[in-house]
Amino acid sequence: MAKQKNETSEKLKELGDKIVKDINKEKNPEIILPVRALSNVEYDRKTQTLKLGDKTATRSFFNVAHAKKFLQTVEIAKVSKDLLKEEKHASLRDVYYMVKRTLPDTKVNLVDEQTESDDIIEDLELITRLSREQLNMTANKMGSVVGRVTIEDRGDTIHWDKLGSGGYSIPSTVEEIKFKKVDAKYVLYMEKAAVWERLNEDRYWEKNNCLIVSSQGQTTRGIRRLLQRLHLEHKLPIYVLCDNDPYGYWIFFVIKHGSINLAAQAEKLAIPGAKYLGITCDDVLKYDLKKHFIQLKETDISRLKQISEYEWVKDNKEWQKQFKMMKDFGAKVEIQSLSSKGISFISERYLVDKIKNKEFLE
Amino acid sequence: MPKKQGDENKIIAEELAKSQREISVSQFFERNRHLLGFDSPIKALATAVKEMVDNSLDACEEMNILPEIIVQIKEAGEGRYVVSVEDNGPGIVKEQIPRVFAKLLYGSKFHRFKQGRGQQGIGVSASVLYGQLTTGKASKITSRISPKKPTHYYELHIDITKNEPEILLDKEIEWTNKDHGTKVEIEMEGKYQKGRLSVDEYVKQTAISNPHLNITYINPLKEKLHFKRVTDQLPKETKEIKPHPYGIELGVLIRMMKNTDSRNLRSFLSNEFSRVSSGVSDEILTKAGVSPEMKPKDITHQDADKIFKAIQQVKIMSPPTDCLSPIGEELLIKGLKKEVEAEFYTGVSRSPAVYRGTPFQVEVAIAYGGKNMPQDELVRVIRFANKVPLIYQQSACAITKSILGTDWKNYGLQQSKGALPTGSAVLVVHIASVWVPFTSESKEAIASYPDITKEMKLALQECGRKLNAYIRKNVRAKEAKERVSLFEKYIPEVADALADLTGEKKPELIAKLQKILKKGLPALMAEANGETDGKAKE
Repeated sequence: MAKQKNETSEKLKELGDKIVKDINKEKNPEIILPVRALSNVEYDRKTQTLKLGDKTATRSFFNVAHAKKFLQTVEIAKVSKDLLKEEKHASLRDVYYMVKRTLPDTKVNLVDEQTESDDIIEDLELITRLSREQLNMTANKMGSVVGRVTIEDRGDTIHWDKLGSGGYSIPSTVEEIKFKKVDAKYVLYMEKAAVWERLNEDRYWEKNNCLIVSSQGQTTRGIRRLLQRLHLEHKLPIYVLCDNDPYGYWIFFVIKHGSINLAAQAEKLAIPGAKYLGITCDDVLKYDLKKHFIQLKETDISRLKQISEYEWVKDNKEWQKQFKMMKDFGAKVEIQSLSSKGISFISERYLVDKIKNKEFLE
Repeated sequence: MPKKQGDENKIIAEELAKSQREISVSQFFERNRHLLGFDSPIKALATAVKEMVDNSLDACEEMNILPEIIVQIKEAGEGRYVVSVEDNGPGIVKEQIPRVFAKLLYGSKFHRFKQGRGQQGIGVSASVLYGQLTTGKASKITSRISPKKPTHYYELHIDITKNEPEILLDKEIEWTNKDHGTKVEIEMEGKYQKGRLSVDEYVKQTAISNPHLNITYINPLKEKLHFKRVTDQLPKETKEIKPHPYGIELGVLIRMMKNTDSRNLRSFLSNEFSRVSSGVSDEILTKAGVSPEMKPKDITHQDADKIFKAIQQVKIMSPPTDCLSPIGEELLIKGLKKEVEAEFYTGVSRSPAVYRGTPFQVEVAIAYGGKNMPQDELVRVIRFANKVPLIYQQSACAITKSILGTDWKNYGLQQSKGALPTGSAVLVVHIASVWVPFTSESKEAIASYPDITKEMKLALQECGRKLNAYIRKNVRAKEAKERVSLFEKYIPEVADALADLTGEKKPELIAKLQKILKKGLPALMAEANGETDGKAKE
């Protein structure tokens, strides 16, 4: 922890020193940072992950278009330094309020929306090559896990199978977690917290000797890193359960290959071995879910087209078949539609069968 | 029954006839003073000053004299004032003084077709009449035509029933330091106040439209104001022209035929009208089916009507326009500059145009911006007709209507629907013509002939484009400056964060950053202006 703190402080000081050096040379002070855009992201076929390219951008202070962002960057770097000094962690929302103010003698707010400060934090991660957790800034906890695992977290020993209905709440950073005992055959991650509740109530993890993990919507970095560690350190297969819609597919691909925004950290987050369990379009036919169709919106259709052109699925016949089927259906299906066959159909039949028959998409 | 009623009507008519008699012009205006601009005590003062100053200016210009005018209004008891106007004009010959000032509709102007301030020869004698009616006092006239001649002093009344001057006093006096000129003093009922409709405002506007005028004005508060000339150049002399056939009315045509010296119709038309050759004259008469050899005096009403209608069908050249004397773009701006403080001035002087056979010319000037200009109010409109300020009846005037009919949003000002534009601007519109069509005898508003409003709008648009170019350039420069000034505000903030990150001293960082800013300011200004390719590398 102390070593980490020093490394972060050093990196932040380095950023400041570079700027001061420009100032001393009477140069327009600038910050160089990697470009965070689709144009600077490449798919590495070997590692099956998205990688950040080497394009950089220059953010200079004396440039009307950059001045504010420049100020935001040094200001948030300062906030990070102060947090490290006080050994406190701040949420993204906290950071927003810590920098949100009107500059003296102006009508200009340093930040107007939280998205602005969030954006700068991501820049700062790229500039310092550190994660926001290392900058002592944390995202909200949004995931839960349950299963026969024992860990040590900040000196406490925690049994993931003895936490009642809520399960273990996955923190923003999982680097410091030590796995003491892992007794599971696989990890089942699901997009929907409601489905996790169902499986937990049915003690699915106990009956099938696995871990069940969920988030609410998009997968947080903490969850992704946790899944990755379980996959790499304990060789557990990762199965993903999502709605059968373009957004569900996208959630899976982010887990598997990484995202554009976090391409720089792909090696700490991506899980190329992750497998898509369902719901698939084949499932729709097999389990007769057509009656639960929800019509695709225009945005769904354009997203489907976009997804189908991704590097990693371009030549994947299985995936292309799913895309075509969904397009032909003109409709999507939610995981919960399985409940029409009985409330515990999912835990007693669907998942068991799929895993037994190895019906995955890669 | 009907028969009886007819008889009764006849009897009533006979009774009425007994009491019906001719009334003089003076009597008519005694009853209808509002027609001449004397309808309120406040307005009376402004109207009197206006009429007298108009006369002085016309007289000076006609004799090529650079005008020096002194206007004074003194309080003479409760609700009474003595208005006096003194000029250095050519003076008036002794015999004419009583009639010029104490007989309505006497004057050289009514019979001429020439650009001038006064038109009908009513103004100054109406002031004399008004003074006489409200105070009973005589008007005092002093005039001298040459240093070699004596100065005449008159005290006059108007005999209202006869419309003839009544001389109360006629003597020669000494007038020191005055080689020639006229002074008129009239005591009248009135009310003095400041503001948009005041004498003060009228004098100030007169100074704008007459940049060659030196005028001293002493108001009842004994404030002495000097409006100095900015040019020694007298306005171009105006030429008298004959009326154009297109602008004539039937009644006027008949009167002209009765009064003419021409022996036959052919020569009548070509002698009395502009742009009528004997060929055109024949064409009109052939079309009318009236013999060119007929005596004009013998023409019947029917034939006159035929001639009148024929005129409208024959193509006649537009009247000559060299008879007009505009202020000129340069002098109009100069005049505006000296009385209205602004940061930008522009003006337009249109080429002459014609309405109903009458030549006219429109000029527009705009003063914009500056510290003393109110920002969020309706723009101020200053109206001139033949260089005379029009103070009253703004909304009835063709000038105002033309401004309302122009889309000022295109020219950098704000404007609500159906309202004058809003912004820090003063709009000046001048119309010069041998015959300005006023809506009434008090000459307060210009009638909205389509040809006139069209010209006005074109002039306003032309001027508006110049204004817009300035506003856009100026606003852009201002915005750029504001953005650059943001750097100055950002510097302490950046220095503060950097000091925290690196341990450097904040004041030193501030000083160094400010030095870089100063060094790079021109380039930054250009970048903020978008003049260079300010594309961020990001």
